[in-house]
This record gives sequence, structure tokens and C-alpha cells, in this order.
Amino acid sequence: MSWEPVIGLEIHVQLKTKTKMFCRCPVGFGAGENTQTCPVCLGFPGALPVTNRVAVEWTILLGLALDCTIAERAVFARKNYFYPDLPKGYQISQYDLPLCKDGKMLVPTADGDRVIGIVRAHLEEDAAKTVHVGGSTGRIGGAAWSLVDYNRGGTPLVEIVTAPDLHSPEEAKRFLQLLRQTIVELGISDAEMEKGTLRVDANVSVRPAGSDELRTRTEIKNMNSFTFIARGIEAEVERQIAVWEAGEEVRQETYDFDAATGRLTPRRAKEEADDYRYFPEPDLVPVEPDRRLVERLRAELPELPAARIRRIEGELGLERAIVLVTGGLDRLWQETVEAGADALAAANVVANNLVRAGVDPELVSPKELAKLVGARERIPRVAFDEAIARLGEPGFSADPYLAREAVSDVAALDPLVDAILAAHPEQVAAYRGGKEGLLGFFVGQVMRETDGTANPRVVSDLLREKLAG
Amino acid sequence: MPISRDDVLHVARLARLALTEDEVERLTHELADIVEAVGIVAELDLEGVPPTSHPRGLVNVMDDDEPRPPLPLEDVLANAPDHEGNLFRVPAWRQ
Repeated sequence: MSWEPVIGLEIHVQLKTKTKMFCRCPVGFGAGENTQTCPVCLGFPGALPVTNRVAVEWTILLGLALDCTIAERAVFARKNYFYPDLPKGYQISQYDLPLCKDGKMLVPTADGDRVIGIVRAHLEEDAAKTVHVGGSTGRIGGAAWSLVDYNRGGTPLVEIVTAPDLHSPEEAKRFLQLLRQTIVELGISDAEMEKGTLRVDANVSVRPAGSDELRTRTEIKNMNSFTFIARGIEAEVERQIAVWEAGEEVRQETYDFDAATGRLTPRRAKEEADDYRYFPEPDLVPVEPDRRLVERLRAELPELPAARIRRIEGELGLERAIVLVTGGLDRLWQETVEAGADALAAANVVANNLVRAGVDPELVSPKELAKLVGARERIPRVAFDEAIARLGEPGFSADPYLAREAVSDVAALDPLVDAILAAHPEQVAAYRGGKEGLLGFFVGQVMRETDGTANPRVVSDLLREKLAG
Repeated sequence: MPISRDDVLHVARLARLALTEDEVERLTHELADIVEAVGIVAELDLEGVPPTSHPRGLVNVMDDDEPRPPLPLEDVLANAPDHEGNLFRVPAWRQ
């Protein structure tokens, strides 16, 4: 029997407002522990929360980008649980009346757009950061005590919940890349997994291909990169298929994914089911977004990544278009093409050379980049690489690099090529025996001997000719 | 609505309260009385009446996103039973 994965995601995004969700303590990394706290975010008795207007507007903006219905009336609710990272004994979240619901995001694929449902996007406050110390094993269970830093506590957090519409680990990864890029472009969050400003949990089940039943799902947590998310889901899908095929039942459990081993570890089962006893937060009044504000935000929405992928894929092909757009590189590519560069060549240079050199695309002059793209086969490789690496420097000019000519003189290269071939008789024999991929090896040898000044195209033509002979 | 002994123990566990046998007994009756008193609302015809989430009619009370000075660290930690450096120290717990 063949199986189909059914995947839903729960995404938490930390907003980059200047202040916290319900108090005006500054938000930011790197401040001394507990120095960005006040009676509200420390949960001191009698302290009263006040909603951050910008956090509400940004959540509406994100909701609009995800094609959600923006609530006429949204209500904050207390989610009660007892935990030191939550000093009040509850988290202020939203429950039955979230700010945004019933949206969708399109994921462009070779077979048309996949429509991924967005169940809701609501606003809540982040928990504090805890450090576990002591204990013999160094694990949480063996810790003697916990140390708590409330700086992060109370930071605005948007929770986005998708419908179980994703059907492969790869699709989940693509959806997340697109969602992340959308969030970054809206300017509401850094959305960096390494920093924890973007966090993803996955709900996974499998079903016989072609059926529309929903079987028991499990939850995977602690995946801190898109690649690990895809791998974690993959591992869980395989595990569940094996369970069903062995005639057993999948149990509802939560797993941690260990990226180092690729293993899923079940969390110790809770003594009882979650009982959050949600109720409306009496310290906050409802939010009823002004329709003029909603329409103004809708009008301000930029062209979104999925639409841009569709717009440029005709020129570049879908895969290249996705790489450029989800990498935040398509605007530079577009402007470089407008400055006269060949579309495909510019796409390759931007997506490969520029990214490898770690250059910030925002700092690059498209005009200078276009010059380099045009000259990349004529000038020495070293000159090209050096120019790419310096593209982000203020006032960078490509002109001095364009003046440097690669050695294209066959007469000058000929003896060097002969010497290289003579020094590697085994590789020559292998090449002639059919391993033509070795051409790159020989080109590399010549480039090294010439300190990167030879014209690679002339070198490979010369090599091909001699190796054929 | 009758309140059972198990209801009381469940709520106590959620709130991390250790109750004596006498307290469990007393609270079972007290909680039942409270729930019964509040239950009068259920006798009203509330068809079409939206749930109240706040007693005042106010909406959209919000603040601009402008930082204000946080609490000085000595005040932050002043009432903490235990701390280590700038960090609050609490008994071990797990998720």
C-alpha cells in the first residue's frame, strides 16, 4: 500500500516591535539578564497590561498577506498553566476570537499553485527564557533548579496555524521558505530560526494514498532549521508507516527531533491532558480593528513572493525563480537585468557567487554588477571573484576589474596544458576511457598554475582538443 | 452543578496546591455553592446575546510602541525568594 503524509504546521513569529506586547519594556537581544522587565512582564500583583498598537497592526498586515478574514472583534484570553517562564500563571493569548482567520497561501509548483489553508493567525506574548542547572545528568529532568531571565517574556508573538494541507516534507519546507520571506518583506520580524524569532512545530499523520481520512497525529518540536524540519517530518512519516504496516496503532505523542542523530525522542507523557481553562482576559478590552485601517494596510501590501515567482519564472524557470525570491535576491536580479545583464547569467551570479561571498544584496549597485556579469568570461577568475566579494563596499566600481584581461592566448597556454596532462597520466587515461567529468579537474589544475588568470573557456576548449587527440 | 471531590483535586493539581483532607472536604462544598450561585445566569433567556468579555463597553485601548524605562534591577529582584546573579532561581521543573 502506498501512504500519503498529512502535515499541518504551527509557526510562532516574534515581532520586532520596539516594546513588548502588553508593557513598554524595550525588546531586544543582548541586554543584561532581567534588565528589560517591569511589574507587568514580571507578573507583579496589580500590574495592568496595555496592548501594543503596532503589534496589532502588524498582525493584521500579516493576516492580509495570508488572505485571512480580519476579525470585526478580537478578544485576548488567558491560557492558564503553571510554569516559571510565565510569571502570571497564564499566558495572554487569543482563543475563540483571534485577529485573523480562514486564510490561505499559494505555493507555486510545476503543477500549478498548491493552496495551503491558514486556519488562524493570532497574537500572544512570548514566555521567558530559562536555564536549567545542576543535577547529575545535565538534562532537564536531573536539574536541581532553574534560572529565569524575563527579558524575552512578554515579547509580541504571532502564532500561525495551517490546515493539514501539506503532503510531503519538501512541500512543508517550501511553504515555510515562502512564509518566512513574506514575513521578512513585510518588515514585521527578522524571522530567523537560529535566533528563535521563528519557531515551527509540525503535526504529522499518514493515511492510505487516495483516502481523505485523518488518522492519529503526532507533534514534532525542536526543529531549528528548514532542512531539519523536512528531515524530522520525513523520519516521523517513515516511523508511522512502519507502525501501521506492522498492524499497530500510532499513538498521539510529542517528539523532539535531534538533528545530530536524526532521531525522534518521545517526550515523557504528561500526567494529564492539557487543561488551559481559557477565559477572556478581564484586564484588556477587545480589539475592533477600524475598517479604514484594514483597507489602508491592504492597499499597502507589496507584491508577495508567490506572485513574484510566477512573474519571473517564464524567464528563469521555476526552480531558479524560487531560489531568487525566497533568498530575497530577485529585486537585485531584476535591476541588474534592467541595467543590461543577461537574465540567466545574472540569476546564476546573484544566486551563486554573490551568496557564496556573503554579500548583502541591499548594498550592491545593479549597474556595477551588470558590468561584471557581462565580463565574467573575459576577465580572470580571480579578478571576478575579488570584484564580487567587494560589491557591497560603498562607491564600488567594477571598471578596474574590467580592465584586467584573462589569458586567452592559446600559444601561451599550450605548453602549460601539455605539462599538466603529462603530469596526470592516470586521469588522462580515465578521461579517454569515458570519465569526461574529469575535464573540470584539468581546468582546475590549469587555473591554479596560472593563479586564476587563464580564460577558463579557452582552457577547456584546448584541453578537450588535446584529450580527444 | 454538583462538584465532586475529583474536580477539587484536579483544580488543586493544576494550581499546584497541596490540600489537606479537611480542605478538600470544605472546598468541595464551597465550590458547589459558588457554581450554583453563578448558575442563576443559566436560567435567563440569552438567545442572541453575545458573551461579555469585559464589563465596560470600551474597545481598542492601545498604547504607542514607544519604550519606557524598565524597572531597576534591584527592584526586579527585591522580592525574589532566591536569585543567582541577575537571574531568578526557582525549583527544578520540567515540561
